[in-house]
Amino acid sequence: MRFMLLFSRQGKLRLQKWFLATADRDKKKLVRELMQVVLARKPKMCSFLEWRDLKVVYKRYASLYFCCAIEGQDNELITLELIHRYVELLDKYFGSVCELDIIFNFEKAYFILDEFVMGGEIQDTSKKSVLKAIEQADLLQEVRHPCGASLGSTP
Amino acid sequence: MALTIVSQIFPREMIPAVLPLIEDKLQHSKEIIRRKAVQALYKFYLIAPNQVQHIHDKFRKALCDRDAGVMAASLHIYLQMIKESSSGYKDLTGSFVAILKQVVGGKLPIDFNYHSVPAPWLQIQLLRILRLLGKDDPRTSELMYEVLDESLRRAEINHNITYAILSECVQTIYTIYPNSELLEKAAKCIGKFVLSPKINLKYLGLKALTYVIHQDPNLALQHQMTIIECLDHPDPIVKRETLELLYRITNGQNVIVIVQKMLDYLKESKEEYAIINLVGKIAELAEKYAPNNEWFIQTMNAVFSVGGDLVHTDIPNNFLRLLAEGFDDGKEDDKLRVYAVKSYLALLEEDDALYPQKFLQVMSWVLGEYSSLVTDVDPEVILTKLHSLLRKTFVTSETKVWIMATVTKIASRTSCSKAVDEIIQEFSNSLDTCMRQYAFELKNLCKDKELMKNLLPFDASCSDMVVDASLSFLDGFVAEGLGRGAAPYKPHHQRQEEKLSQEKALNFEPYRLSFASSVSSSGITGRQSPTGLSVGSDTSVNSAETGHKETSTLKLEGVRKLWGKEGYLPKKESKEGKEKEPQTASCSTLSTGQVGDPPALRFDQVASISEEDKEKQQLASTLFIGLGSNAGVSLMGKAETATQKFKRRSKINEIQHSEEVSDFRNSAAADFGPLLDTRPINMEDSEGSLHTRLRKASLSSSDIVEDNLAFEMPQSLRKSGLEERLSENRLSQSSLFADSNIEIFQPSPSAQCESASKTPLIPSLPEELEELTHSEIVQLCQSDALALYLCKVWTDDSLLLTVFVSNKTTAVLNAVNLVFEEAEHFQILESPSYQFPAIEAESVERCQKYVWMDKICTQGVLSGSVNYQLEMETRLDFSVTLSLMDFIRPMQMTTEDFGKLWLSLSNDVKQNIKMSSSQDTLSAALNTLQQKLKLHIVDVIGNEGILACQLLPSVPCLLHCRTHSRMLALWFRSPCSALPDSLLYQCQKVMEES
Repeated sequence: MRFMLLFSRQGKLRLQKWFLATADRDKKKLVRELMQVVLARKPKMCSFLEWRDLKVVYKRYASLYFCCAIEGQDNELITLELIHRYVELLDKYFGSVCELDIIFNFEKAYFILDEFVMGGEIQDTSKKSVLKAIEQADLLQEVRHPCGASLGSTP
Repeated sequence: MALTIVSQIFPREMIPAVLPLIEDKLQHSKEIIRRKAVQALYKFYLIAPNQVQHIHDKFRKALCDRDAGVMAASLHIYLQMIKESSSGYKDLTGSFVAILKQVVGGKLPIDFNYHSVPAPWLQIQLLRILRLLGKDDPRTSELMYEVLDESLRRAEINHNITYAILSECVQTIYTIYPNSELLEKAAKCIGKFVLSPKINLKYLGLKALTYVIHQDPNLALQHQMTIIECLDHPDPIVKRETLELLYRITNGQNVIVIVQKMLDYLKESKEEYAIINLVGKIAELAEKYAPNNEWFIQTMNAVFSVGGDLVHTDIPNNFLRLLAEGFDDGKEDDKLRVYAVKSYLALLEEDDALYPQKFLQVMSWVLGEYSSLVTDVDPEVILTKLHSLLRKTFVTSETKVWIMATVTKIASRTSCSKAVDEIIQEFSNSLDTCMRQYAFELKNLCKDKELMKNLLPFDASCSDMVVDASLSFLDGFVAEGLGRGAAPYKPHHQRQEEKLSQEKALNFEPYRLSFASSVSSSGITGRQSPTGLSVGSDTSVNSAETGHKETSTLKLEGVRKLWGKEGYLPKKESKEGKEKEPQTASCSTLSTGQVGDPPALRFDQVASISEEDKEKQQLASTLFIGLGSNAGVSLMGKAETATQKFKRRSKINEIQHSEEVSDFRNSAAADFGPLLDTRPINMEDSEGSLHTRLRKASLSSSDIVEDNLAFEMPQSLRKSGLEERLSENRLSQSSLFADSNIEIFQPSPSAQCESASKTPLIPSLPEELEELTHSEIVQLCQSDALALYLCKVWTDDSLLLTVFVSNKTTAVLNAVNLVFEEAEHFQILESPSYQFPAIEAESVERCQKYVWMDKICTQGVLSGSVNYQLEMETRLDFSVTLSLMDFIRPMQMTTEDFGKLWLSLSNDVKQNIKMSSSQDTLSAALNTLQQKLKLHIVDVIGNEGILACQLLPSVPCLLHCRTHSRMLALWFRSPCSALPDSLLYQCQKVMEES
């Protein structure tokens, strides 16, 4: 996998993860162009794209687009399921996740992604073990407030 | 958690520092840590494979880990490694199959289930690995059939994830060695996919169809209607995939419809990558299947105008070559050309149409070459049109140069033209120096119509000009250069390393001077730009274009200057340092200059050729007795294409070459051999020149084996003569074995593969090889009929693999073909295959291959196969493990040289290693290194020692050792970054062992 992006329907980037070293300028350009392409597509169209030399797999959850760029030989469907699994994980962790959760607790979202996908390859497919790892990390952190979820629900 | 960071973006220089820590973590008690350590190693493997080589067996351990997560993580590494070379891991097929069986059978903990499917990611990973392993390998594939069937059966639930597994399965089934039962099932699956109402599945189904189609076109027929529906699908991605599918099934009958569909799509699409891709495909189809001329030209026009300047340069080049070379039928060709000219004229009619630059270039070239075929159009009209084009601002200067060339061509065929005069007038004062140059050339040419016609013969674009690929006319000069102590010619790959230092050594001054005096300096770029496009792929355009331009330059400035002593320098340089374009240009100036000039002029030149060259000419003429008229031809040529093609051509013709050389030697050995001896020309070159000359001589081919005897003798004579002279200039390539036989010192194309005379069934090395250091003869593989043995011979400048094929049957084996697969790390000089014409009953034949290491690795596998015909076609696979040490040779040098080289090298690696008690002195350690690693001890000063070695062909590596308190501090330096790492690893191994 080359990179993973999360952006909203308005074209606001919410989360990005690059698995290959890319220059900042190229990143920005790629993100901008890819967002345009994906946002222009209609809901009934297929969720795979051949874009430049990449294959892009995207899926829309409510107002958020999850978007993965993969190599030529990778399996598209499984990537789609990977996205789904990630959403499930987020959902489980935050308890019915919404866009605001990700905005305010972006670091948690990153942690989960790191536990789930490492170096561009899927690391752990079992939901339980990922969540366990995250809980442990949370304990380690000794945060003052138990969780940022309360913040997320106020606005 | 630091492990997570490690696996993210990580610099390769830091790997050695953290690697031991991560290795420790592989033994950690927690699964998650082990898993992450494996992942981190995977990342390292991606960044720098050679640094983690020594822990491959730890990967194996990870594969057998009791935690499924760790095992899954290790699969990533295996997938990557198998992708690189599948042959080394065939033995693991069984375990992969077993794992998959367990996974499919639901033996994994319930955690790993996803929508009640057991560990889908793991399954897909495994399927992918199996696919790579089973590719074209019936034996390995057989192991998989059962489990594939099983997973197909299990994946019946209606969910995305099962579809993912299915599609992966299908792909695997089609990639591995086919099994009819599975194929049938897979076809059914694809059918399900294509017909599915879900768009994602449809897309995947189409995708599957595209790679299945060349195996089973009937499948596409079954789904005809669906495909047609998809073609009008609102989603452009599905449409594109459908077109891709159609592209694969295109044939002569359906090409028009398909290309039309493609063009429609092309017009709609705006994305750059898609356009480039599609345009390429259309052009390819149009060339392959064009039903008639009109259609072809129209399609190409559409391609050029829609594709614009995005089209790949190959497309216009191929198109023009097709036009120039034509098909078999001359009449058809003319019709095609006439049609092309007419359509372009029509296109140019529209005044304000904007055409892409490449299209304009194609138009102008066609008009220039073939406009006279169209009789009913006045050339004056064309010229005016071109003139107006020249004035347009959107036309780039490169295109303008093309147009100017066209104007020149047309002008040569018309008597007097007002438009031409106008153009000359206008551009003689142009600010663009190139344009001004052309205007002047044109002006001068117009004064002499006769010459002009000679220069620009009609339709000569594809009459091949014979190229003296070896630049044999330079041999004399090279000889002189060598005499004065210049460096000998080195082949390209060798030179790349030394490029920088050599560039300093070369004196460019005279070249600049003489060239500048003959052509205005901007002319260089002018000349380069129109040809630069076509160089390489389109020689026909090239020859016409350069031909006339170069000569015109010469005519203007006078030839003598270039042929003077001074003028020779650039030629020599351009040969020795081909890296610079302008130099090649200068070469072509000289050589093509000769082509176009009337014969009288050529004699002039010959007369003015300096002393030493005369000698060479005489030699040439003696060689060319009976081919006298060709001598001039062989001297001419397009040096720039020659230099590019040199390597390739010599490769292609090697075998033929050796035959011919030996033939020729047979007849002419007496007077030819000594001549060669006195000529210290560089090796490669003389081979090449011989080659081209001999090719012309029509020699009857006789038995090779017989000839070899006669051929071997002068060959060695000449080589020894050569070697003596070369060795003076060769600092680095001193002999490894003092008593080595000089005969096989140099790898030469002609000495490459020779069938040895009969030897007993147990193979033995020929005498001349026996004297070199060599490995034991080991058996590679065997079947009922054949046995393969291998012996590595470490010659001075390469690794010589000698493969013995022994025929165990009592019948003659015919057409035994030995092929080495292309390996990433190794380079086989000359061709990777060898055919034994016949192997007698119960006898042994041998074949020799010189191997170099291309990319550094501590150990690599070179695999190959032997095909033979005995009742039925049989194939025998084998693989040879080559280690870095096979390619390391000592490097003789003085301490001063060492110091200089040390400072010039940038990549260094330092490491302390513990010395065992048996070798606690420096000298003992150095001796170990010298004996085991073939390093050369340059000097020992106190408790410090310096050593040098080189990786073949010529990558030096220097080592500085120091002992202090039972530690040996190693410090490597080399121009190549990977070499010190690998050598360090070898050192560690050696020191541990002893």
